[in-house]
Amino acid sequence: MGIQEFQVIGRHLPTESDPNPKIYRMRIFAPNEVVAKSRFWYFLRQLSKVKKASGEIIGVNVILEKRPLRVKNFGIWLRYDSRSGTHNMYKEFRELSRADAVKSLYQDMAARHRARFRSIHILRVVEVEKADDIRRPYIKQLLTPNLKFPLPHRIRKARSTFVAKRPSTF
Amino acid sequence: MPESNFKRFVEVGRVVLVNDGPLAGKIAVIAEIIDHNRAIIDGPTSGIPRQSFPYKHLLLTPLKLTKLPRAAGTGIVRKLVEQEGIVEKWDKSAWAQKRVMKEKRRSLSDFGRFKVMLAKKQRRDVVRKAVKKASA
Repeated sequence: MGIQEFQVIGRHLPTESDPNPKIYRMRIFAPNEVVAKSRFWYFLRQLSKVKKASGEIIGVNVILEKRPLRVKNFGIWLRYDSRSGTHNMYKEFRELSRADAVKSLYQDMAARHRARFRSIHILRVVEVEKADDIRRPYIKQLLTPNLKFPLPHRIRKARSTFVAKRPSTF
Repeated sequence: MPESNFKRFVEVGRVVLVNDGPLAGKIAVIAEIIDHNRAIIDGPTSGIPRQSFPYKHLLLTPLKLTKLPRAAGTGIVRKLVEQEGIVEKWDKSAWAQKRVMKEKRRSLSDFGRFKVMLAKKQRRDVVRKAVKKASA
């Protein structure tokens, strides 16, 4: 499942008492436009008294990464509902784009906490520009100068199930 | 860093051979390490566009660009690769030549393989005669 970043703009339908309703804009991470619009209504319903039946979506655009070939460190604040309660979290990711970082966030939350897409709210995605501001050791270790490491224990695929020689793994 | 028994490392400037996918068989240079599974590779002289690539599908070669700065652009990578003659060094290496030979053998038809068999026979004949003469 690839994830894209969408900009969704919407508002309440104009009424007699309020002919010019407030316009809301959200940046939403979703696999497609349909889910993005659905998430927009979900969040807007929690924020103000607007729902899909009484509102309209003005526009949906995909936000593309400005420099998709530069490696960046992202900090992501999130809120998720576990089986027993709600938690806030901060996680860091080293990726090429905001959408990629959010994608690996969902993978990470699914792996470590069995959290589903519906139980995660992404609060904020920020690029951490200075190495000193990195908080997590698992990202810090990748920022050491002259980083190098070997690739041990590589198993090459044997041509057949039965071969005369044992595979060498180094 | 203490001395290591390993000789090839994932590091900026390491020349790698792409082992899988449509670009298989081409060499590239690691321009930046993303994490423990991926790096940004770039092969401007061998037709590999700059991209993120998993180590799983890369083989580390003994070659290395000595002075590549971290996250250098394609232009700098091209300049350094040409300056240090990485492509020629790779083409001359036993590993690359073996790959070329294997590819050639694989592309032969049945008649081609027959001709190889005859040539090998002839070579064997010459060697045997020379050995016989020398030992007699």
